[in-house]
Amino acid sequence: MQNILSIITYWPLVGALLILFFVNKESSRAIKAITTFFAGTTFLLSLVLWFQYDRSAGAPVFQFIERCSWIPSIGVDYFFGIDGIAMLLIVMTTLLTFIAVYSSFTAIEQRQKEYYVLLLMLETGMIGVFCALDFFLFYVFWEVMLVPMYFLIGVWGGPRKLYAAIKFFLYTLAGSVLMLLGILALYFYNSSGIPFLGIAGLGNAPSFDILKFHEIGHTIPPGMQFWLFLAFFIAFAIKVPMFPFHTWLPDAHVEAPTAGSVILAAVLLKMGTYGFVRFALPILPGATTSSRILIPVVVLSIIGIVYGALVAMVQPDMKKLVAYSSVSHLGFVMLGMFALNPMGLQGSVLQMINHGISTGGLFLLVGIVYERRHTRMIAEYGGIAKVMPVYAFFFLITTLSSIGLPTLNGFIGEFAILLGVANVSMVWASFAALGIVLGAAYMLWLYQRVFWGPLDNPKNSELKDLSLREQWTLIPLVICMFWIGIYPKPFFDIMEEPVNYIVKKVDPTYFEKAGIQYVEPPLMEGHEKPAGHAELKAIEAAR
Amino acid sequence: MMTWADLLFLNPEIVLSIGGCFLLLAPVLGGRNNGVAARWSMLVLLAVTAGAVFCAAAAQAPSAALSALFVVDSFAVFFKLLFVVIIAMVTLLASEFLEDGRYSAWEFYSLLAFALCGMMFMASGTHLISIYVGLELMSLSSYILTGYYKNENRSTEAAMKYFVLGSVSSGILLYGMSLIYGVCGSLHLATISTAVATMSGNQALIIGVMMLGAGLCFKVAAVPFHVWTPDVYTGAPTPVTAFLSTGSKVAAFAIFARIFYMGLHSLEPDWNSIIATVAALSMIVGNLAALTQDNVKRMLAYSSIAHAGYAMLGILAMSELGLQGVLIYMLVYAFANVGTWAMVMLLRRREYAGEKVDDFDGLHKSAPLYAFAMVVFLLSLGGIPPTAGFIGKYFLFAAVISAGYAWLAVIAVLMSAVSVFYYFRIVMAMYMKESKAAEVVESRQVRFIVAVCLVATLLLGILPERMIRGAARSIAPIVNLASR
Repeated sequence: MQNILSIITYWPLVGALLILFFVNKESSRAIKAITTFFAGTTFLLSLVLWFQYDRSAGAPVFQFIERCSWIPSIGVDYFFGIDGIAMLLIVMTTLLTFIAVYSSFTAIEQRQKEYYVLLLMLETGMIGVFCALDFFLFYVFWEVMLVPMYFLIGVWGGPRKLYAAIKFFLYTLAGSVLMLLGILALYFYNSSGIPFLGIAGLGNAPSFDILKFHEIGHTIPPGMQFWLFLAFFIAFAIKVPMFPFHTWLPDAHVEAPTAGSVILAAVLLKMGTYGFVRFALPILPGATTSSRILIPVVVLSIIGIVYGALVAMVQPDMKKLVAYSSVSHLGFVMLGMFALNPMGLQGSVLQMINHGISTGGLFLLVGIVYERRHTRMIAEYGGIAKVMPVYAFFFLITTLSSIGLPTLNGFIGEFAILLGVANVSMVWASFAALGIVLGAAYMLWLYQRVFWGPLDNPKNSELKDLSLREQWTLIPLVICMFWIGIYPKPFFDIMEEPVNYIVKKVDPTYFEKAGIQYVEPPLMEGHEKPAGHAELKAIEAAR
Repeated sequence: MMTWADLLFLNPEIVLSIGGCFLLLAPVLGGRNNGVAARWSMLVLLAVTAGAVFCAAAAQAPSAALSALFVVDSFAVFFKLLFVVIIAMVTLLASEFLEDGRYSAWEFYSLLAFALCGMMFMASGTHLISIYVGLELMSLSSYILTGYYKNENRSTEAAMKYFVLGSVSSGILLYGMSLIYGVCGSLHLATISTAVATMSGNQALIIGVMMLGAGLCFKVAAVPFHVWTPDVYTGAPTPVTAFLSTGSKVAAFAIFARIFYMGLHSLEPDWNSIIATVAALSMIVGNLAALTQDNVKRMLAYSSIAHAGYAMLGILAMSELGLQGVLIYMLVYAFANVGTWAMVMLLRRREYAGEKVDDFDGLHKSAPLYAFAMVVFLLSLGGIPPTAGFIGKYFLFAAVISAGYAWLAVIAVLMSAVSVFYYFRIVMAMYMKESKAAEVVESRQVRFIVAVCLVATLLLGILPERMIRGAARSIAPIVNLASR
């Protein structure tokens, strides 16, 4: 089990290559069977992470470390390792990819071979992003993942697929190339410096080691931190997406095939928020806590929450409604994160998972009815609870989960976020609360218009209820919703150490100020204890 | 005094001159229309040349008389081997249209051999005259090659344009060299380097350097000396275009790098803002103009202008990282670019077909592997990992950032995002336009080239360590000299 992360990452790729080279494109059954097998085993393998992850006090923050040299001449390592946050996201990724595969059996009729190959390749890219602890490696996975997604939208998408696909690609690419410049600046700062810009280097061996960057983050001069944060911010904010960088999202979601939307919402958006948690916050603590960064980010998050909700409310198209609701929900995640305290961050991470489950579920549900009627217009529906009671049941649970009803997952995440945010500012918290109310309004109104009332559209009277396969795509999600809603402790346990680690990086004195006893765990197995705050101060003073 | 032993250093050039003459005269022996024999003769010649390059590299140090003009350092060897590979690929690309008998294969190959001979001199030249002679030999051959479709108006027109503009630019280049000679009293790069060290701000010298730079910018197709590029690239036979956009450009960058790193590095404050502007303009104009092209050859022509801009970042940086970046970029760019041209060849049905973006429509249906290869080439040109193009761009961006040109780095990365837009128009046509299935002309040679370029592009992208080390070794003689 030494290389468990690599195995999980490349296992789907093995499946993709197998299908690509050894399966005839006409044999649809074989393709589906192999894809299901590989997506399923990847999920099972990722469960190993869940069970093997060491949650005990004093356990290293980063576990399952794999490290070897990849491009030694520029200091690039093949460096994998995960903390609890990445672990949760990986498990969510493998689960939702499996569900996405399973849900595509009837939806995708053309070019099936390419479709499933691309889905599996996409999975490899996504898992790699969460595993990478080397910035160069991370960047490679981050970009690699774009290509299959581009094809999924562009080939199997709706009427405006070409536009949506290239827009998605270019937005993300434009952000990520700026991030590349940020990475390079960090790299030079850590090693030789950039004399021409007046930036003295630390003189360390050239490296893209993210944990190394975490360590030296405090020493970066404030001006440079600001620009670096901006570079990272644009890359991640586009991915999240934060207002005003969100315009690619409705297009991509609406045009993508159902599985594409599910993965896009559940996993790809999380890469933006994950990027903030993993890179922007701990590497650039000075910028993160400075008011000229913090205030704009919080304001944009709040605008995202309210604006996303208001726009969602007036959408005539169900899928577009769910897409805009993502903008609103992700605004929440960002707000909780930038509360910069353990509660807010834990809520934020949990809400990433919740959003993946709930919104993933909503996209699946919309996809199911779209497959039957080939329309997503809310006005075309009404009263279909009478003909599709099981469907209505699943839709109701998912809706309630999305709006945060107690005993379901959304509540826990939103509650934790509100608690964290209220600790910092009641004004922010009240805007967030407004978002929750608006969320309930548009989701319940959607539910009311689609499922209740008279069944007046004759085309709907013949709708078939969910097949067993369709139910099974939803049942795991519903189980997760109740599990997190009723007993979230395992999730909080997993997140606690990594979140404390990040809080400590952002504000080294946080725990002292809050009067909490906090013992810093080792960074990873066999790693000496990271430099304490006093030592970092000494380095700063020496410069 | 040159000695007999010195001839060993000129091995590859001697082999090529004799071989070129042989190719020209061979049809006299019969077999004028035997394209296959011509192709094999050319390939054998190239193999011998490659061997000769290794011999020359292994030989003892040359006499002073020769080394004033000509060196065989690891920098030269890197480029010479790259040239041989490029010309071999162009040979195979050209073989198909030459073997249908309308155009003489022997002459074509002999011109390629002479061009290669010129390129070899360019890679080795340490004296402005030997560099100039090599450049002219290459240029004259490529003017003729451009007009090789002698019955096609577009081809002859392109050749004429290229010839006229090229001659003027050579004149400007030569005039710049003579001004530099006037100021420094020498044409030898090492002597120039010591002479100019104390002459920063000398007006005549700056004008000389600018004219030299203008001539070089013409050869690498950088803005504002780029206007010939789209017409010539579109009008020339596609294999010749492949040669112009890789071989000729790479050779021009070899001398660009050598002259600026070895001769003019201490004048950097005088020329860096000009080079920075030219690089920025090339990236912006090249990429923006490519956006609207429907003709693939024109699109790639504009994109090659942009690529010249990227490579110039490495010259501008004036650092080990920058020079290494130029070498790596030339290598990865050559493979991706030749691969792309090979794909254009595969779609050829008449002389100029396979040129429209629409001609790629639905290629995935008729030839999925070719379509995949094309995606990889385009990703590499766009600089997206895990292809080799990313490694190339990485080095150039790193170099330009560490040299402190943050604004230029921002332009460069944003423009590379723009470039993906037009590269992906071809991807879109191949995979997402279902109206028809593009036909492919099956050709063993072209298929081979596509395979080679595909493997190289992926391999150099995923395991770049050897390439990076090789580039680091190759730049050692230049960097040592520059730091002296």
